[in-house]
Amino acid sequence: MRAWGLIRLYAILVYVFMFSPIAVVLLLAFNNSQFGGFPIDGFSLRWFYKLAENEAIIRAFKTSMVLGLLTALVSTTIGVLASLALVRYRFRGKDLITTVLISPVLVPETVLAVGLLIFLRWLHMPRSFGLLLVGHSIIALPFVVLVVQARLVGIKREYEEAALSLGANPVQTFFQITLPLLLPAVFAGALFAFTISFDNITATIFWRPSGMETVPTQIFGMLRHSVSPEINALGFVMIVITVGIPLIAGGLARYFSRKKI
Amino acid sequence: MARVELKNIQKSFGLVKAVKDANVTFEENSFTTLLGPSGCGKTTILRMVAGLEAPTSGDIMVGGKRVNEVPIHKRNLGLVFQNYALFPHRTIGENIAFGLKYRGVSKSDTGAKVKEALDIVRLPGVEDRYPSQLSGGQQQRIALARAIVIEPDVLLLDEPLSALDANLREDMRVELKAIQHRIGVTSIFVTHDQSEALAMSDKIIVMSAGRVEQIGAPEEVYNNPASEFVANFLGASNILDVSVSGSDSTSIALDAPYFGTIAVPRDRAVNLGAAKSGKLVIRAEKLRLTNEAVDDKAISAKGVVEAVDYQGQVARYFVRIGDRQFQAMNMIEGRPFDMGAEVTVKINPEDCAVLPADR
Ligand SMILES: Nc1ncnc2c1ncn2[C@@H]1O[C@H](COP(=O)(O)OP(=O)(O)OP(=O)(O)O)[C@@H](O)[C@H]1O
Ligand SMILES: [Mg+2]
Repeated sequence: MRAWGLIRLYAILVYVFMFSPIAVVLLLAFNNSQFGGFPIDGFSLRWFYKLAENEAIIRAFKTSMVLGLLTALVSTTIGVLASLALVRYRFRGKDLITTVLISPVLVPETVLAVGLLIFLRWLHMPRSFGLLLVGHSIIALPFVVLVVQARLVGIKREYEEAALSLGANPVQTFFQITLPLLLPAVFAGALFAFTISFDNITATIFWRPSGMETVPTQIFGMLRHSVSPEINALGFVMIVITVGIPLIAGGLARYFSRKKI
Repeated sequence: MARVELKNIQKSFGLVKAVKDANVTFEENSFTTLLGPSGCGKTTILRMVAGLEAPTSGDIMVGGKRVNEVPIHKRNLGLVFQNYALFPHRTIGENIAFGLKYRGVSKSDTGAKVKEALDIVRLPGVEDRYPSQLSGGQQQRIALARAIVIEPDVLLLDEPLSALDANLREDMRVELKAIQHRIGVTSIFVTHDQSEALAMSDKIIVMSAGRVEQIGAPEEVYNNPASEFVANFLGASNILDVSVSGSDSTSIALDAPYFGTIAVPRDRAVNLGAAKSGKLVIRAEKLRLTNEAVDDKAISAKGVVEAVDYQGQVARYFVRIGDRQFQAMNMIEGRPFDMGAEVTVKINPEDCAVLPADR
């Protein structure tokens, strides 16, 4: 009994350690005080209003959203096609391609960022939104591939073979059978990609063209001047997006799957 | 409905020769079974007919046309798998209608055809359910309905009953055979269960290690096995080395250990040819045990029951004669023999089959 008590205490301490900084941000976002710190003066939404009036932040927010959505689109499309090839077909160099696809997870982001920049320099291309999109997609791709592959392995080949035997051509079979069965993984992969892009900062600092800010780089920039309470409000919004969207999506997925079966 | 022919078909997976030079004809509207132990290449043959696997060499003919290069979705086949493979995200109705969509069947006709197919498999009114809401046996019926509703040229079934439990399996095999007979579709059925093969087939193709061992009607394959492998695979057999000691117009005399000279009718020794020595195959159920006196003309030997495997109506006995153990499967009349009982073992020359020695 004593041992269990200690373990429980230990677990609670770990959670406190992990989550208290986040709790502090969430709490201070509603602080009425002029300064971004304790003590709390009173409840207020003023920092959220200020946030909504700050054009730089709104711009950064739009950039992040567009970038995140496009990253999700690009990496999910490529990831699904790559997974199909890797799981359903046999060809030479398959192991090599798998390793290359997964490697961005293993390579430190800074190294990846510098590498892509040098490559671009070599091609005599300037930094651009396109580069940012390509870079984010590379970073997100391994997660999409891993999630989609895991699901695809579980979808029996017989489903597709049955569809083919009934007269559906391979493309029809993909859209009628494989894709619907794969959808939860495609969805999860896209969410991962969006979230990864939305809060990436290390690589983004290297790749963004001058003058373009995403939400994390904007916060980073603001922090260099002062710890404005606006940042807490912005942090609150980011947390809601990066935690809330997957939760909602998961809930929806469960709701639909229950309705069907 | 079409005749299927395999001509000199070979299939290798890397170094593994899955099918070695198969020449087989599946007659129009007949029910043919590919029978053999695990890994002998049954599924591979089925998949080649389906177009899911390309033969390494040889021709596949369906209805007289070579189909080697025709992709699966243009072959008009019905495919039934061991694990049903019903589309889990589609209702039963949608599952069955799936193939009709690609055959330009109108909406109203589709409904009628789906209904008709469900009637054939005796599961009316389940259109709106999902596959997971049906039992295994019901799912397999739906899989069958989905395959036959498109009126395929060939129906391919890969161990469709193996996932069902024993009782259901026996009911289903009667029903499956009846449906096949009624709609009259060329059917190729894969199984490693010999009783399934014997019960259902018009013709059985026995395979072993990628090679076709024998092709024939169930009685033929059962009574006149072409090889020791076939004799042992279709039920238990006792095999004795024998030598030819004489012959006349109707029978061949063989010297067998323990039993003496046996005059086997010529039609039971068709596979022997002119060989001087051979193997005598006696099925376990043709070896009769008795404790009554036998007359001098009967072919018999004395033995001791070493083990009894009681199975209700029948018993399987392991009997020692000299230095060999024989298997006998007898109906139980009265009391089964006990372990250690001294018995006389009788055989009937008409029940034997003779094979050449080296096969
Ligand atoms: N895709 C494949 N790649 C490599 N080898 C294969 C492949 N498919 C089958 N084989 C090999 O070919 C041989 C025949 O396989 P097949 O599946 O036809 O056997 P089977 O008679 O259907 O056996 P079972 O009763 O176990 O289903 C086996 O040795 C198997 O390992
Ligand atoms: Mg098989």
